[in-house]
Amino acid sequence: MKNLIYIVVLITFFGKVTAQQTPSNDQSEAISITGATAHIGNGEIIENSIIIFENGKITAVGINGNITVKGKTIDASGRHVYPGFIAPNSTLGLVEIGAVRATDDDSEIGSFNPHIRSIIAYNAESKIVESMRPNGVLIAQITPRGGVISGTSSVVQLDAWNWEDASIKTDDGVHMNWPNIYSQGRWWMGEDPGFKPNKKYTEQVVQIENFLAQAKASIKSTSIHKNLPHHAMKGVLDGSTRLYVHVNAEKAILDVITFAKEHHLKKIVLVDAYEAYKVVDQLKQNNIAVLSSRPHKTPNFEDDDYDLPYKNAKLLMDAGVLVAIQNSGGMERSNARNLPFQAGTVAAHGLDKEKALQLITGNSAKILGIDQFVGTLEVGKDATLFISQGDALDMRTNLLEKAFIQGRDISLESHHTKLWKRYSKKYSK
Amino acid sequence: MKKLLLSLVVVCWCFNFYAQEYFPKNNGVKTTDTNYTVFKNAIIHTTPSSEIKNGTLIIKDGKITQVGSNIPIPENSVIIDLKGKHIYASFIDTFTSFGIKKPKSQGGSIFSPGAKLNWKATREGYYWNDHIRPETSALTTFKYDNKKATEYITEGFGVVNTHMPDGIIRGTGLLIALNNEGTAGERLLSDRSSQLLSFKKSNTSKQVYPTSLMGAMALLRQVYHDAGWYTLGKVNTKDLSLEALNRNKNLPQIFEAESRINGLRADKVGDQFNIQYTIVGGGDEYARIDKVKATNATYIIPLDFPEAYDVSDPFMANLVSLGDMKHWNQAPTNPSVLSKNGITFSITTHKLKKLTDLNTKIMKAIEYGLDKKTALASLTTIPAQILGKSDVLGSIKKGAYANFLITENELFTKDNIIFENWVQGRKNIINDMNIQDINGNYELILAGKSYDISISGKPSAPKAEVKFGEVSLGSKIDYKDDWITLTFTDADTLKTQYTSIVTALGNTPKFWSGKAILPNGTETTFTAKKKPKEDTLDKKDIDASTTKEKPEVLPVSYPNIAYGNSKLPVPENILFKNATVWTNEIDGILVETDVLIKNGKISAVGKNLNANGAKIIDATGKHITAGIIDEHSHIAADAINEAGHNSSAEVTIEDVVFPDDINIYRNLAGGVTSIQILHGSANPIGGRSAILKLKWGENAENLIYKNPPKFIKFALGENVKQSNWGSTTRFPQTRMGVEQLFIDYFDRAKAYEKIKLSGKPYRKDIEMETIVEILNGQRYISCHSYVQSEINMLMKVAEKYDFKVNTFTHILEGYKVADKMAAHGVGGSTFSDWWGYKFEVNDAIPYNAAIMHNQGVITAINSDDAEMSRRLNQEAAKSVKYGGVSEEDALKFVTLNPAKLLHIDDRVGSIKVGKDADLVLWTDHPLSIYTKAEKTIIDGAVYFDLVKDKAMRKTIAAEKNKLSTMMLKAKNSGLKTQPPKKKEKQHFKCETLETIN
Repeated sequence: MKNLIYIVVLITFFGKVTAQQTPSNDQSEAISITGATAHIGNGEIIENSIIIFENGKITAVGINGNITVKGKTIDASGRHVYPGFIAPNSTLGLVEIGAVRATDDDSEIGSFNPHIRSIIAYNAESKIVESMRPNGVLIAQITPRGGVISGTSSVVQLDAWNWEDASIKTDDGVHMNWPNIYSQGRWWMGEDPGFKPNKKYTEQVVQIENFLAQAKASIKSTSIHKNLPHHAMKGVLDGSTRLYVHVNAEKAILDVITFAKEHHLKKIVLVDAYEAYKVVDQLKQNNIAVLSSRPHKTPNFEDDDYDLPYKNAKLLMDAGVLVAIQNSGGMERSNARNLPFQAGTVAAHGLDKEKALQLITGNSAKILGIDQFVGTLEVGKDATLFISQGDALDMRTNLLEKAFIQGRDISLESHHTKLWKRYSKKYSK
Repeated sequence: MKKLLLSLVVVCWCFNFYAQEYFPKNNGVKTTDTNYTVFKNAIIHTTPSSEIKNGTLIIKDGKITQVGSNIPIPENSVIIDLKGKHIYASFIDTFTSFGIKKPKSQGGSIFSPGAKLNWKATREGYYWNDHIRPETSALTTFKYDNKKATEYITEGFGVVNTHMPDGIIRGTGLLIALNNEGTAGERLLSDRSSQLLSFKKSNTSKQVYPTSLMGAMALLRQVYHDAGWYTLGKVNTKDLSLEALNRNKNLPQIFEAESRINGLRADKVGDQFNIQYTIVGGGDEYARIDKVKATNATYIIPLDFPEAYDVSDPFMANLVSLGDMKHWNQAPTNPSVLSKNGITFSITTHKLKKLTDLNTKIMKAIEYGLDKKTALASLTTIPAQILGKSDVLGSIKKGAYANFLITENELFTKDNIIFENWVQGRKNIINDMNIQDINGNYELILAGKSYDISISGKPSAPKAEVKFGEVSLGSKIDYKDDWITLTFTDADTLKTQYTSIVTALGNTPKFWSGKAILPNGTETTFTAKKKPKEDTLDKKDIDASTTKEKPEVLPVSYPNIAYGNSKLPVPENILFKNATVWTNEIDGILVETDVLIKNGKISAVGKNLNANGAKIIDATGKHITAGIIDEHSHIAADAINEAGHNSSAEVTIEDVVFPDDINIYRNLAGGVTSIQILHGSANPIGGRSAILKLKWGENAENLIYKNPPKFIKFALGENVKQSNWGSTTRFPQTRMGVEQLFIDYFDRAKAYEKIKLSGKPYRKDIEMETIVEILNGQRYISCHSYVQSEINMLMKVAEKYDFKVNTFTHILEGYKVADKMAAHGVGGSTFSDWWGYKFEVNDAIPYNAAIMHNQGVITAINSDDAEMSRRLNQEAAKSVKYGGVSEEDALKFVTLNPAKLLHIDDRVGSIKVGKDADLVLWTDHPLSIYTKAEKTIIDGAVYFDLVKDKAMRKTIAAEKNKLSTMMLKAKNSGLKTQPPKKKEKQHFKCETLETIN
């Protein structure tokens, strides 16, 4: 008996300290959130709102009092409700500890890897993934890295037992790293670390053209021998899958636009696109969306406005380009939870707050092609949303009280909150 | 008797003299040249500032025996009549590697994976560091290079100083006369002409230390100390390097700095040991000339003015920064700016792509304001003076080497020609002196017909145009050894037949007559007469004065890049009205309050303050806080890690502060006013810090706090164990070893201090001196730390040696030992929410700051990153979210608390009367995500202003546009260009490993 108690205690202990958060059960009853300021995610706001969701789907959104509450009611007066934030172009769950190679699964060898699928390596139980939720980041596009064509991404929700359960859109797009028009000296080899025009740029672009031409041919082939990389381009070529082109310089962006036209690629999204603000007219004409570079970065050029990264997404939005922000770069996984504050920073530098919210909700969903079921607080969409004590784009008031993914009431605990509580308790004795 | 004695002495002397010069001779009779060579009727420029018109120069045995205007000419003279040509002293280049091959680099960075690292010196009997090579004599590898010598001679050089361009102390140089015909003994004017130094390592050794610029500086200092110690004779072992260094002490010391800022750094090291280096500059001295002047150094200046960037492709043109564009525009002014500021300098061909560029570059410098006399001095008298050879080199005087140029006109004029360059009395013909200027128009009378000839081009390679009436004829002219031959086609173009004329010019260059051969083969005679010049203005005059526009040069800014100020900001007296004031003092947050700053200090805080003439700024709805302080920064530095040893207490970041880093400006835009630049974390005992005020535009010295508290970086964990970079050969490799390393160093420091205090002579050791300061509580430790075990360990080690650790920086598991930290009295300066990037940060939590703070640890939030430092207010605000810290306390995490940790809270960190006026005016609540720094003020001067920033963006665009146009113009005029390029520095973090080889 005594032993059993020990075991139970031990299990509880470990359950609390080492294991990841347990995914929650399916929504069993209707939930009504009343009285909150609802930030719809499409630029609109409802001050005293009611939001009802059943079986994981939003069934009503409106002014509190105009719609009858249903099921369990959460009084959220003075609180704010937001659609779950979306982190596009992320390596969450692909790498746990950057410096420990054994935990790194984000980059396959080879140059043309459209057949490499991120979803396979996505670790739904990553401690980093669970740390997203307390800040409102509930959805992510898991994206492989490296090579010219890195592979195929999938979109996941961040409360799942395994990758299969996590996926909300499998193989949503292929990611391509457009050749750089500049090349940098390898300082560690004693070369000048400066940037110069990349002499191999054209050659590298031609390689991509060739790959695409070959892929087109292979798809039509009736041979029993299949070329995996070529066939993985099928969706991109027939317009059913997005092609995410990671590109930065103005000229390269213009080249991508031409490239897309020549190959009749219909669903093109630019990623990073630091200089997209210089070619907004061409982007608009060709209906090309942008997953803009992270606002929390230093300007690329010495002469740039100090706030260019802060306002970059605003410049695109003002010009009418469909834009969302993404967070690739140094420490991109652990810092992905700061996505709301990155959007907040864009607001600080001139963008309307509700528009800034669109950069991580409604617009992101549209760009990723998941807007029919997430991204905004609208009837028929997944009940992937959260209640914050205050403005969720501000660090001080981004305090989540409740979060739901597909209606499921998820845990807002994490490795961090557990250690916090554990040590707070130690000192309170 | 007396006379006899004298004769004997003379005989002996003569005998000795000849004895030295005795060489056996088996190929003929001995022929002694006792004749004089006399040059008369010359304009002799004896020095750049004096000349003898109609002068005579007499040389013999490679030396000048007489120079003057009416001097007697010895009978046994060969006389050359120069007919008004000019004589100048031949040039001297003080900084070359003529005839010396630099050892090849062994390739690869020492930090590339799998690189074999030498922690020790590879030589025995020499200094402990392979990069200190004062014993190197350039002579051992020197090989006289005839071909290269001829190139130098052609440009006007008679003598070069050469050296082995390898290592930090490079040994002695050679002074070589470019006497191709002479013997090695004649040419070698000195085999110990100077000692050469640099901040670059030797290619001959892969010894790791030093890896950084500051390491090289520290090493130099230690070498000087050691050389002094060695002379006391207390060292048991022989050190050939130190012996050589002491031997070389009185030679001219030439330091290859390669940039303005490194020149200042070299000078700083030299000053400490009363050594005045002659500094080989970088060509960018003009951008902060007052500091250059303050070195009191003589400079050796390269003329490698950058080529225009090819900005014709606007996409690529983006790469070029305003700073680089301005440098292109301003660099040609460097010699004139130096000269106008009274800085003595010589000119070197070092860095020129080819020697033949020299004249063009000098002409360009003259076009940009350099005085011709100074140009001449910088190639003659100044180099002679630098090398201590003014008695025999650099001017035309009795007893000096017969090294001189014969030129057509004055040097550095457009049409000048150097005819001959005599070196040690031996003639080198560069252009035939006897060639006459035949340019002009002639009327040719031949077989009763009249032709027009027009001759132009270089006298030695003229071009001719022959016209018959209005018809141009094909022609070819040849002029050699006084003979002209001209062949031209017939006026009837259908026939391919030629007419030739040939004549010797003799004394009648304006009237030719000679033989002609007609198309049919008959010989006849011709005459040609030079026509008088037409009445148009002389082309030369037009060039020199009227049409030639003065090149436009943009003014220098501070710093000389984008967002630089045209004038340095000065303290203003400002009254901020009606702000919300975060005092960080007992008064807390005051609403609708005024703040008056005066003379750089906070003068009053209260309601309805009187302006008393101060500028009034309405701050209604805005917030004022103390300036943000970043305890852990790596911006504004040219080096961060000295990774060559496991302790580098001898290095200091103060040596390598880089004031022109754009990140300073960007930090100001985020409200940051003070930073501590910490050494990196490559080793357990790192280097000393620099604590800065971000006074954008000031030089390094003025950025550093006056009487700064002394700090040193320590580090623990993965980085010092080198877990994440190749090496597994440097101790320590475990956290266990890290403890013992500290104990070892502290023990050694104690022993060192004991010897030092005993009054006996001791070897001064900069590293030990630094560690002794730690033990005595005079220097504070800021220790990079992650996991609790090692944090605890360092506190225990410190307690054992009876001192306190001042700060744990990063301290991501501080929350696990916050109680112990509070008991020890150490502060914690942490990241708000970084984690997950390496194994030791797996338990890092964003509640860390809150827990430490709640346990009574003085807590700060730092950046370690040029990006995050721009919005440290946001990072502080995260403590409100993570752990519920009050807003007032959260703001202190980035203001007052880091000030306390840095022991500068008596000056900054809060808004208190008497403290420095280091303030930020925010557009909104300072912890709000929506706020922006509107004005950032340091010592009462406004260093960032949103409105001014907007205006600067316009200026930058306008200046870039103007310079682009100038560059396009340069390209279109046929000048060489270089592809666009973006200069890049490594973005430093703690873990950044730089290399200096």
